[in-house]
Order: sequence, then C-alpha cells, then structure tokens
Amino acid sequence: MIGYIPRKFTVIRDNDLCTNCGGCVSQCANECHSINAEKNRVLTNSNNCVACHRCVDMCPVSALRIEKYICDYRNNANWTPEYQQEIVRQANTGSTLLSAMGNPKPYPIYWDKILLNASQVTNPSIDPLREPMEIRTILGRKPDKIEIEKKGKSLTKMPPQIILETPIMFSAMSFGSISLNAQKALAMAAKELGTIFNTGEGGLHPDLESFGKYAAVQVASGRFGVHKGYLNNCRFIEIKIGQGAKPGIGGHLPGEKVNVEVSNARMIPEGSDAISPAPHHDIYSIEDLRQLIWSLKQATDATKPVAVKIAAVHNIAAIASGCARAGADIVVIDGFRGGTGAAPTRIRDNVGIPIELALAAADQRLRDEGIRSTISLVASGSFRCSSDIVKAIALGADACYVASAPLIAMGCHMCHTCNTGKCNWGIATQKPELTKRLNPNMAQKRIENLVNAWNHEIKEIMGGMGINAIDSLRGNRLMLRGIGLTNKELEILGIIHAGE
Amino acid sequence: MLKEGKVRIPSGCAIAAIIDRKGNMINGSEIIKSISLMHDRSNGLGGGFAAYGIYPEHKDEYAIHVFYDSADARKKCEEFLFKHFNIDVAERIPTKQVANIEKGPDIWRYFGKANRVRMKNARLDEEEYVAKCVTNVNNGIDGAYIFSSGKNMGCFKAVGYPEDVGEFYMLDNYNAYIWTAHGRFPTNTPGWWGGSHPFNILDWSIVHNGEISSYDANRRYIEQFGYKCTMQTDTEVITYLFDHLLRHHRLPIDVAADVLTAPEWEEIDRMEKDKKEYYTTLRSIYSGALVNGPFSVILGSNKGLLAINDRLKLRSLTAATKGDKAYFASEESAIRIICPDPEKVWSVSGAEPVFIPLEIETSEVEDL
Repeated sequence: MIGYIPRKFTVIRDNDLCTNCGGCVSQCANECHSINAEKNRVLTNSNNCVACHRCVDMCPVSALRIEKYICDYRNNANWTPEYQQEIVRQANTGSTLLSAMGNPKPYPIYWDKILLNASQVTNPSIDPLREPMEIRTILGRKPDKIEIEKKGKSLTKMPPQIILETPIMFSAMSFGSISLNAQKALAMAAKELGTIFNTGEGGLHPDLESFGKYAAVQVASGRFGVHKGYLNNCRFIEIKIGQGAKPGIGGHLPGEKVNVEVSNARMIPEGSDAISPAPHHDIYSIEDLRQLIWSLKQATDATKPVAVKIAAVHNIAAIASGCARAGADIVVIDGFRGGTGAAPTRIRDNVGIPIELALAAADQRLRDEGIRSTISLVASGSFRCSSDIVKAIALGADACYVASAPLIAMGCHMCHTCNTGKCNWGIATQKPELTKRLNPNMAQKRIENLVNAWNHEIKEIMGGMGINAIDSLRGNRLMLRGIGLTNKELEILGIIHAGE
Repeated sequence: MLKEGKVRIPSGCAIAAIIDRKGNMINGSEIIKSISLMHDRSNGLGGGFAAYGIYPEHKDEYAIHVFYDSADARKKCEEFLFKHFNIDVAERIPTKQVANIEKGPDIWRYFGKANRVRMKNARLDEEEYVAKCVTNVNNGIDGAYIFSSGKNMGCFKAVGYPEDVGEFYMLDNYNAYIWTAHGRFPTNTPGWWGGSHPFNILDWSIVHNGEISSYDANRRYIEQFGYKCTMQTDTEVITYLFDHLLRHHRLPIDVAADVLTAPEWEEIDRMEKDKKEYYTTLRSIYSGALVNGPFSVILGSNKGLLAINDRLKLRSLTAATKGDKAYFASEESAIRIICPDPEKVWSVSGAEPVFIPLEIETSEVEDL
C-alpha cells in the first residue's frame, strides 16, 4: 500500500506472566491495548506505540516489554528510512512535519568533549562536607562600581536582584503545553529550592498566583495572559524573542487543547487556536526591543528585572550584546538542543547552533565590550546532568535553565510526542483523565530530589577544583580542557586542549 | 621552555613584611634576616623585595627599574623612556657578585617625571599614562622589562633565594619605612628574572603565597577593563584587581580587601541590616573579583601595608606588632627572629583583612 509506514515499536507481552487484568488498557491513551471479550484476553496493537513505557512501568507483573520494530529497507546511507518515511508522511498529508522535544540529530555535543580540572598538591581541594560551598547565584543588572559611605555602609541603590540558592532554574513551559499539575509541581519545587520556574507564554493560572515570588513570567509574541497583575506578580519578566528548538518561528497551541482553564489563563476564547507570531509585531529592530523593555519596567515601577531570551543563532554574540545594550538585565541564550512541546521538524533539526559555542562566544563578546559584569547571562538548551552545568558556568553562564530534566524526573520518557496531547504521564496533556495521573506533591518531591542531587554534585566538583564559591567558577575557563576538538572549536570555546 | 607569560606557572612561597607606621627608617638587613629564616619555603627559583621611602631625594619622580636582555633592548627602551618621561637620572642599579645568583640581565633604573605634553595629548591622567607606558614597554619591546615603576619606592628581584637576592642588590645600603619580601617555590620555571616577585605597578607592590583557583575568573573579569595579564601569575592578577578597585573605583583599601576576601553568605545572612546590604552589594557587583583558593597576600603602597588571607584560611600568615612597627610573615618564627618580644601576635584570619596605615604627613606621600 502506497503511504504505509512500518510501525516504530513492538509491544511484547509475556503471556505466561500476563494475568489479563487490563491495567495496560486503561493506561494507554494511544490505545495500543484492548480487551478481547470473547477470549477474555488482553491483546496488543503495537502500531500506535510511542515507547512512553507507561504500560511497561505500570504492569503489576512485569509482563510487558517494548522493542524497536525492525523492517529493513535496502541499505542507503543517503536515503535513510527516516527520510523516506518523512516523504511518505508528507505525501499523505501535505503538511509541515511536526516534532517534539529537542534536536535529536547526532551533532557534536561539546559538553562531552570538555573535561574538568581538579586540584593536586600545589593547591588543595576543598572538602564540601567540612567547608561551606557557596552556590548562591544573584541575577540582575549590576552597577559598574559600589558607592560607599565607609566600610560597612553602602550608598549604592541596587537595581532589583534575584537571589537564587542554586544556579539551576526551570525554563519556560506554559500551562497549555504542560498540565497544571506539572506546572504546580515545578512551582512548589522552585519555592522549596530557592529558585524560579517560568510560566512560558501561558499566563499564570489562579492556583499558581501565590507562587509569584518564585515565577518568571514570559511575555512572548502572542502576549497571551499578559496583564498588569501578571507582570507585577513575579521575580522577573522574560521577553521571549526566540526559542532554541525553533528559532525564527512562532508557536501554535491547537484549539483542542484550549479548554476553559487554558482559555482563562491565556485570555483567549475557549477552543480557539493560540498562535504566537514569528516576530513580536512591535519589535522590528533593537530600538523597538528597548521600548518594550522600558514599557515593562514602567508597568512594574522598575521593581522587576527584565530578561530577554534569544535562540542561539549564527550571529549570537552581537545579538546578545545588543540585548544587553537595549536594557536587558538578563540575557538568556537557548541552544538548538533545547526542548519544545511542538516544532516543525526541519526547523528543530537544522536551525540554530549549539549552546556551548553560543554561550562561549556571547560571554567573550560581552567581556570584550566591558559589560559582562553588569548583566546576567543564562544558558539553556539541554543540560543533562550537573557536570554539564558546571561546564556552562565555567564557560561564562551565571545560571542555567533546565526543563527536560525535571520533566524526566516527573515521569517523562522522551517519547517525542508532546504535540499529540496524549501524554500518558499526565505532563504534556490537558486531558483530565491523563493529568490526574500526575500527583503534584510527589512530582515536586522528585524534582527537588533531582536539583538537590545536582547541587551536591556541583559542590563536590567545585571542591575538587579548590573553589568554594560559584563566583570563582563563573567564566573560569582554565578549569576546562577540550578533548578531540579542532583548533577552531577550541578558539571559539576559549579553552585549551587536554594535556596543555 | 616557554617564558613566563606564555605559560601559567603555579608556585608556593614565603612572604614577609615590616612597616613603621610613623615613617621611621628600617634597614634592609632586617627584612633579609626575616625572609631567610624561611629558606625551605623557597626553592631558589625566585626572590625579591619591595621598599618604600628609599628614594627621598627623588620622591616626586617615578623610579623606573628595568631588566635588559641585550644592549639593543636597552637602546629601544631608553628611546621610549626619554620620549615619554623627563628623565633626570639614568644609572645601573648597584649590585655585587653573589655565588648563588647566576648571571642575569643588565639592570637599570631611571628617575623622571611624566612628559606632560605627551600625557595631555594622550588624554590620560598621570597614573594611567605611566601604567600604559609600562605596559607598552613590557609588551612591545622584546628583552626589556620594567619591574618597578612607583614613586619613592622600588622593587629588587632576581632568580635565587631571597637572602642571596638581598645580598646581590646590597639592600643593607637601603633604608625604608616599609619592606616586603618574597621567596618563591615555583613548580616549574624557565628561571626568568621578571617572573620573580614582588609584582609592581605604579605604587602598588604585591607579594603572595599560594595558588588561587579563581585565577581565570579573576583574569577574565579584570581584562574587561583594559588590563592584559601577560605574566599569567596570581600575583599579577591580584595586583590589577587592587589597582582597578583603588585607582579606578576609588575604593578605600579596606573596602577593596572586602571585595577580594568577602565573607561567606552564611555569615552575611546573620549580619545587621547595613552590613548585610553592604556585603551583599559588594559580592553582587564584584563577584568576578572574589579570590578563591589558598592565598596570603601582602599589598604594599605609600599608604601602608595590607595583609589578606583566603576565606578558608588555607595558607598561613602571622601578624605581630611592637610599638610603631608591625610585622607579617608566613611563619611566626620569621617575625620573632627580628622581633623576639612582640606586644601582640596573631594569625591573620580569612575574610579579616589587616591594614596598617602609614601615618606620616600626607604631603610626604603621593596621594593616590
């Protein structure tokens, strides 16, 4: 049959173990499992399986297992099955291909090509169990210098600062793209951890209004959910210009996902598509960005720092510097491996550059211009573990945004189908029967555990380097060495090769 | 092997210092005696001294000490100096042959004022102008290295043990109201005289013991403001941090010390409102200037002597006072050998800088 695409996975049921309890039938929103009443048996149709593992994890007798389904094509390094299948899908539908989560292509991951340093003999490592290890991070605009009356008495009026007890923040995931329970878990965890969560372009649900002190509220091109109360109920405001997963384009929340709650939070009619345009229609150049920053400052009586989030693209250093000069207190750079609820596949897989290179280039440019210390730089776009974060800070980031990691902590299995709205883990869906699967308190605890574990590891690594304050790690590129990198890559990263 | 500046060379060390706060003169033999007791803390690959108040007859002129590797370097450097300064005196610094000091560079000193016409044309204030001239020589003229450029003060350094370096320069012929001394234990070195310490820029001289782990964070912070860390040493970057904070930001010396060795957050959180705000602001603005890892540092200037120790007290530094004199050294014994009965002896603690101001008439001191 023309137009047929072999399935991706096979669900294998061990009939010796299966008790035909039907648990898997109720767990799978993709309808892979069904009960055959005649035979009184549970049957499986693997065609819809996305490998989210919900049925595997929930099966009380461990009778289920998922395998890649292999249906070989003739070998062709150029026309891989993937490209052939994508053509078939487009021939079937005439549509843009959509995908979720971050760029999965095997581009270089520089975190895996950078090694960290540790102290030996000439200076001692520091034991984090005995000595204080400081990871407190302060974001916001800083004056060039302090004015003092005398030692112990400052006369400087500081612009609003954000004091975080960890360099890890939760990046933007809107209510709409994720469930209220998922966002609640992030908000509660942010409060306990002394960090912030980010509302994304989804407004703030009334249930989360009391978490304003732990929220970054986003103002994106659709301006969904933006009003004076929203802008004033946060720690900082983030203007989203671009997103690493889909630089240069806007967003689209399908009307089916816009239920009454989402419609209220976004301030749009129920059931209508929420379309965020590609550009902000009031920003056509850098001076327009400046106006928006100052409008937001006026709306908040200058009590809230304003961040500008940009996608890592080719000219990132100059763009970051422009944002800083336009008045951004915090510049957020989102690399091309950053996640998303939905993005056109071609854009996700081909547009933008890795966060490592973008961060290194932007940090150096801001230093060359002598303005790095007056603003904060936040990196985002796929941090998989604590050492990725340590490396980012040593390259020059003040703090890092994570989103996929806390999602995985909550149950996400990276099945890349957030855009379908059928998340079996209750995270990327608005279906009440699915969202109720996510217990916000349990999810909160798991996110807290994750960040606390990473905090411990960051302290351990810092101690090994003989550093006891994260300030001294920031931009400390001598703590990094490249492995298997070209001279050009080393030059852009501003590091030297292992062994040098 | 690569020369210092092309490669980063960590080193351990011994440091010592004496000040007479009333400006009474102390002979160079005192400081040599103190530092030589700590012989084992150096390995013969670098020693040096800074002395304040040694050139009263030239106190309004810059005393520029230069190492030359060749006659050609001297020719080029003198051409530059004679153009940019009104030089009064140009002479070889007197030295004597010492068995343990190998043949080194040709060592000269010049006394002179900044050329005001050139300075005005460059639109720089005097200190900035002089600092730029020093940087231009050190980066631009191969084989010439200015290692001292203050007024009424001078650095004396070489490759060797500090006591031999003191003898080489015949420091017992000099009297100063402040002395600092350094014995170096580099982990590897090509044995370059310019790499010895103290490190000096204008009036500021630094001796330092330890290897800071914040080096590159500090370097990349300070290089934002036009400095270039060509030596790749901790001492250099710490000197520039102080120079920037004191000269460009006009911070009092004790506030600058707070920037480098800020208290821990745990402590700051417990402070009363004003202090809490002061330290939070300081740490927030000057996060890149926080110095981390083991160090003890003595900063000398015509304003006095500042001693700071790392926040965790990983490096030793002892202080003592007797009458108008204050003493510092990596080991207490090095103080007691020249001052057997101090009135007060204490261990300088982390995040608690000790500043001993020089209390002589301000007119006698170049006001920075």
